[in-house]
Amino acid sequence: MELVCPAGTPSALKAALEAGADVVYVGFRDETNARNFPGLNFNPEELKLALAEAHSLGRQIYVAINTYPQAGNLSPWHRAVDIAADLGVDAVILADIGLLDYATRRYPHLRRHLSVQASASNPETIDFFQTTFGVQRVVLPRVLTVREIKALIEKIEVDTEVFAFGGMCVMAEGRCSLSSYVTGKSPNINGICSPPSHVDYEQKGRKLISKLGEFTINSYSDGESAGYPTLCKGRFFGQGVEPSYLFEEPTSLNVMTLLPDLIESGVKALKIEGRQRGKAYVTQVVSSYRRAIDAVLKGGPVPESDLGSITEGARSTTGAYRKSWR
Amino acid sequence: MTVAASKLTLGPVLYNWPAEKKRDFYFRIADEAPVNVVYIGEVTCSKRAPFFSPYIPEVCERLEQAGKEVVLSSLALIMTARERNELRALTSESPWQTEANDLSAINLLRGEKHVVGPFVNVYNEGTLEYFYRAGATRVVLNCELPSASISELGKAAKGRELEVQVYGRLPLALSARCYHARFHNLSKDGCQYVCELDPDGMDVRTLDDTAFLAVNGTQTMSYTVNSLLSELETLKNFGITHFRIWPHNTDMVEIARIFRDTLDGHDDRENFQRLLRKTKSIAPLSNGFFHATEGFRMVE
Repeated sequence: MELVCPAGTPSALKAALEAGADVVYVGFRDETNARNFPGLNFNPEELKLALAEAHSLGRQIYVAINTYPQAGNLSPWHRAVDIAADLGVDAVILADIGLLDYATRRYPHLRRHLSVQASASNPETIDFFQTTFGVQRVVLPRVLTVREIKALIEKIEVDTEVFAFGGMCVMAEGRCSLSSYVTGKSPNINGICSPPSHVDYEQKGRKLISKLGEFTINSYSDGESAGYPTLCKGRFFGQGVEPSYLFEEPTSLNVMTLLPDLIESGVKALKIEGRQRGKAYVTQVVSSYRRAIDAVLKGGPVPESDLGSITEGARSTTGAYRKSWR
Repeated sequence: MTVAASKLTLGPVLYNWPAEKKRDFYFRIADEAPVNVVYIGEVTCSKRAPFFSPYIPEVCERLEQAGKEVVLSSLALIMTARERNELRALTSESPWQTEANDLSAINLLRGEKHVVGPFVNVYNEGTLEYFYRAGATRVVLNCELPSASISELGKAAKGRELEVQVYGRLPLALSARCYHARFHNLSKDGCQYVCELDPDGMDVRTLDDTAFLAVNGTQTMSYTVNSLLSELETLKNFGITHFRIWPHNTDMVEIARIFRDTLDGHDDRENFQRLLRKTKSIAPLSNGFFHATEGFRMVE
C-alpha cells in the first residue's frame, strides 16, 4: 500500500517525506493544477530539487496537471507536461483527453495516472483511458463505497488510488460548475473551487455570516466555530422553513477506521488531500497514516490517532465509502 | 463554403415528470414545435427510467414521422451493474443514435456514429478533435464555457456539428447522492420519487432568502434560466450549428418558436420580451457563463 501525500511548498514536501510518505504529489504554480491558490505550488527549479531529495530517499514525486486546458491556449498545459517529462517525474496526473493524447504521443514512456477530476466511476470508463492512453493508475472518485471499489477492482486491469483523508467533494469531481456559477472561477478551468478571493465574513449583530461572492453560505452564533464557506457545505433553505445542510455538512473525509477493508479490497495507494494545507497538517496526517498502514499490514489493529482537530469543521466522515446515505 | 441552416434542438427532460405527461409533451413537440432534433432519455437518475421506457418507441416514431431527428441520451453518472447493463443495451440495440453523457458510453460506441453530450468534458480543441476522430458526429458543449472558448472551438470544428445550450436551467453538478431524498429525510433507495414534486427542480435559497440554486434529484441546477437568445447571431458566426433548449414546465412550443424565429434573423428584442413572459414562472434569465463572469448574472 502506497501512501501518496500532498505538498504545496518545498517545506511541506520535506515534512511529508520525513513523516513517511512513499510519494509526494505537487503542482506547478499556475492554472494547470487543481489547487491553484496564491503563493502555493512549485516552479520548475523547486520541482527539480524536490525530485533530487525524494529520489535520494527512494521515494517518488507525482505532478498533477489536472485542470482542463483552455481553448486556443494549450501551451501552458503542454509546457507543464514537457517540463515534468524533462525533469523525470515518476508520474503525471492528468484529466483532460486532449492533454492525455498529447502526453501519450509525445512522451510514451512518461507514466500517466488518471486524475480524480476525470470522474472515472465505472470499468468501461477506466478501460477507455487504459486502452486509449495507456493510463496505469486511476484515482477513483469519492462517490464509491468500499464494496463498490472492491467489485470495480476485480473488473479492471489498472491500479487504483483512493482518497483517504481531507477535503471532500460531494459532487462528481471534474463535473461541477457550481463554483463558476457563483464566483466565475471554476475547478476545471481555473483550478480553484470557492476561491479565497471571494470569501467574506460579516458580523451581523450576534451572528457571524460567511459569504462566497454575493451569497450567504452559513451563519454562526456566538462561540460556534466558523468554517470556510465552501459553497456546497453551507446551510440553505429548500421548500421548508428550517434551513439545513442541504448538500453536505462541513466535514472532512477520514477513512482510518476502514483501513483494513481498503487494504483488503486491493487498492494500490491511499491519497491524502490538501496541497493547500500547511506543514503541520502534512506532518500530523501523514505520520498518523504511516503508523496506521504499517500496523494494519503487520496484522495489528488500527492504532488510535487524533486527527479530529485538523478536519474541516472539526468533524470527519467515512464519506461514501461506508454507505449510510443510500 | 455554404453554411447549413442553424438547427434547433430539444435536450432531454432532466426532471422527473410523470410518464404520461412526458409522452403527451413529446406528442405536442412532434406536432407543433419547430425543432430539428429531439433528445430523449433519462440522464439524471436511473431509478426514474423504467416509467417512461415503454413509451419511447411510440414517441420516437411520432417524432420521426414529424421529420425530427431523434437521439437517445445516456445517463450521465454510471456506477451500478444495472446502470452498466442498461448502457450496453442502449448503445448496442437502439435503432437511434446515442448521445453519450459519460465516457463509458463513448468507449462502447467507439467507431460508431454518436453525439458527445454536455456531461462529457470538452474544454479545448485537442479534446474536440479527439472525439470527432473517434466517431462523434456532433459535440454538445459544457455550460460553463465562456465565449472566447466557444469561438475557438467553433473554429476548430471546421464546419462539423457543434451544439451549445441556449435555454433553460443549467445542469451544474452531478452527484451519487440524491438531494431531493436528503431534503425529505429519505434514503436514496427509499426515495419515494419525491423529485416528481418539482417539475422544474426545487429552488434552494440562502439564509437571507436569496435565490441560489435548484435541486433536481442527484443533479444540481442553476437557479436562473440560461438564455443566449441575444447571443444567437454571435454563436452562428462562431460556427455553432446546433442550439439546444432544455425542456421546462412551461410552453416549450412557444419557447421553440421564439428561438427559431430569432435564429432565422428576426428582431430579437420583441422575442426577448416574449421569452421573459414565458420564463418568469420559473426564474429570471442569465447569461453570465457566456460573458466570462459568474453564471448567475445577466449581462445586457
